[in-house]
Amino acid sequence: MFDIDKWQEILSTIRKNKMRTFLTGFSVAWGIFMLMILLGSGNGLSRGVEQNFMHDAVNAMWIWTGRTSIPYKGMQQNRQVQFTNEDFTLVKNQSGVGAISGRYFMGGNHLSYGKEHGDYTIITCHPDLKEVEQLMMLQGRFINQVDILHDRKSIILGKDIYAALFKEEDPIGKYIKVNNVPFKVVGICEEPGSSRNRNAYIPVTTAQRVFNGSNRLHNLALTLNGSTLEESQAIEQRIREALARKHVFDPKDENAIGMFNKLEAYLQTMKVFQAIKIFIWIIGVGTLIAGIVGVSNIMLIVVKERTKEIGIRKAIGASPSSVIGLILLESILITTIAGYIGLVLGTGLMEGVNFLVERSYEASAATNGGNGETIFRNPTVDLNIALASTALLIVAGAIAGYIPAQRAARIKPIEALRDE
Amino acid sequence: MIALDNIHKSYVTGNNSLHVLKGIGLEIKGGEFVSIMGPSGSGKSTLLNILGMLDNYDEGSYYLAGNLIRNMSEKRAAQLRNELVGFVFQSFNLISFKNALENVALPLYYKGVSRKKRNLMAMEYLERLGLKEWAGHMPNELSGGQKQRVAIARALISKPKVILADEPTGALDSHTSYEVMELLREINREGITLIIVTHEHDIAAMTSKIIRLKDGMIHEIIHNGNLQEFRYRYTKQLETV
Repeated sequence: MFDIDKWQEILSTIRKNKMRTFLTGFSVAWGIFMLMILLGSGNGLSRGVEQNFMHDAVNAMWIWTGRTSIPYKGMQQNRQVQFTNEDFTLVKNQSGVGAISGRYFMGGNHLSYGKEHGDYTIITCHPDLKEVEQLMMLQGRFINQVDILHDRKSIILGKDIYAALFKEEDPIGKYIKVNNVPFKVVGICEEPGSSRNRNAYIPVTTAQRVFNGSNRLHNLALTLNGSTLEESQAIEQRIREALARKHVFDPKDENAIGMFNKLEAYLQTMKVFQAIKIFIWIIGVGTLIAGIVGVSNIMLIVVKERTKEIGIRKAIGASPSSVIGLILLESILITTIAGYIGLVLGTGLMEGVNFLVERSYEASAATNGGNGETIFRNPTVDLNIALASTALLIVAGAIAGYIPAQRAARIKPIEALRDE
Repeated sequence: MIALDNIHKSYVTGNNSLHVLKGIGLEIKGGEFVSIMGPSGSGKSTLLNILGMLDNYDEGSYYLAGNLIRNMSEKRAAQLRNELVGFVFQSFNLISFKNALENVALPLYYKGVSRKKRNLMAMEYLERLGLKEWAGHMPNELSGGQKQRVAIARALISKPKVILADEPTGALDSHTSYEVMELLREINREGITLIIVTHEHDIAAMTSKIIRLKDGMIHEIIHNGNLQEFRYRYTKQLETV
């Protein structure tokens, strides 16, 4: 099959028809190049957003209390709903609930250590909050079950607080004052993806006891074990009904308790990005079709232009198949090389963009203490898709060349020769 | 070498059918130098195309070197053309993006001769036709006579039995025309059958047999011996003009 002589004949034809070769090649290379850019940008955008969402567990959910808005079972509307530790246990025991933490909002957020002091957010919680908010320990440990059981005065500091109050000092085991009550520092943490790590965490039971909380809670943070939106919505509904029974409010009352399901929001955003991806694909396929039409057009003109040459070749003994082979192999050779060039350029450009994005991400991460912000990550295209679209264009070019080539090869040489 | 019997050919364009050849019977022996003459529309080019297997015919039979040329596949026709026939055209029909050497070597490419060997042979033929130093030139850098000589070299290189020439001198001035005719005569002397279509009497007079067509039929055949008389009649025709 591999016939050096044939390829020499094709190469010499290509060499001597540079403009034609360039035009054919250009439309192919351009089509692939644009496709790479479009698909790459789409991928980058959706990867960036996906990453921003990953800061909290995707299946996280928050429940907070409000006032009833519907009269129910002889009870007036506008009643305040108040969570207690019982609600924590109630929700914890619902099937489908993974990690769960209650929170009590204490008044006053003043922290001081030696001469340094400042106002920060103090979050009171159960050990599971670490999982819900995907906290990362930099040093020490998070709140554990023993802290909760013995109401121990343990505290975990966000790393910004640590930096402000302790400077370089080793904090573990040191005592820090929370509203003038000494707490023992047991860990330093950070929240991935957040640029502000100004939260301190203390056991919720300790807070209730020390800061007049009794058994009250203000909200619940939990994760759901539902993998699909329907499953997580079913769990959400079960929780809502259980709470409604206990607090005697209409399960349909949206104001009695508020619920935010991260999966729902995540899926919704992903749906938007799915739509954007589809849109980009449509544009990409459109570009590809434009490329195919371009190649077909040029091949048509090429064959037309070569009719006379074909006639001469046939008159001196070329068989129809050798004529078709000549034109077809030439077109395949050009589109393959051009497609490859487009592929390399497009991928190269997107890799270059990726490099810049990563650098700016790292720069913003450096100033924000390890957590850069971006909506554009890794804007590259799956190699298989890239190769498949190049192959598609080559095949289309071959077909576009084959049809007129076959027709030209069938023309009687005398007609081809008459063609001026 | 060539035997035609009752050849008919019509061209159909839309609803009109043009009956061009109306029963041509003809025999040409190997080594003859024949010219086909006739007014425009008499079917002389059509006849030549049928002889060269460039076109097919509707009725009758055509034998070329013992092969019945009829309803053959394109591939077989191409092969036979390559083996048996060389063409020389009025408009030269050289491939414009190939130089003289490559143009001459092309028939050997389709014969499957290696590149080195065919370039060597092409150079040999160009040298024979006095075009050695023009081998690397493109067709548009050559004069008409040179182009026609390249075309003749191309026709000769596959060592054909028959060379068919359609108005080989039509685009040349008379001086070059005579040079080209002299060349063709030399080729004929080597034993290759030559058939040319021409409307120039002086060109036709250099051949050994003239076939005059009129309205798709053979009007008269003037043989070698009678050429003297033909010349006489031709000069008389010139005088009346």
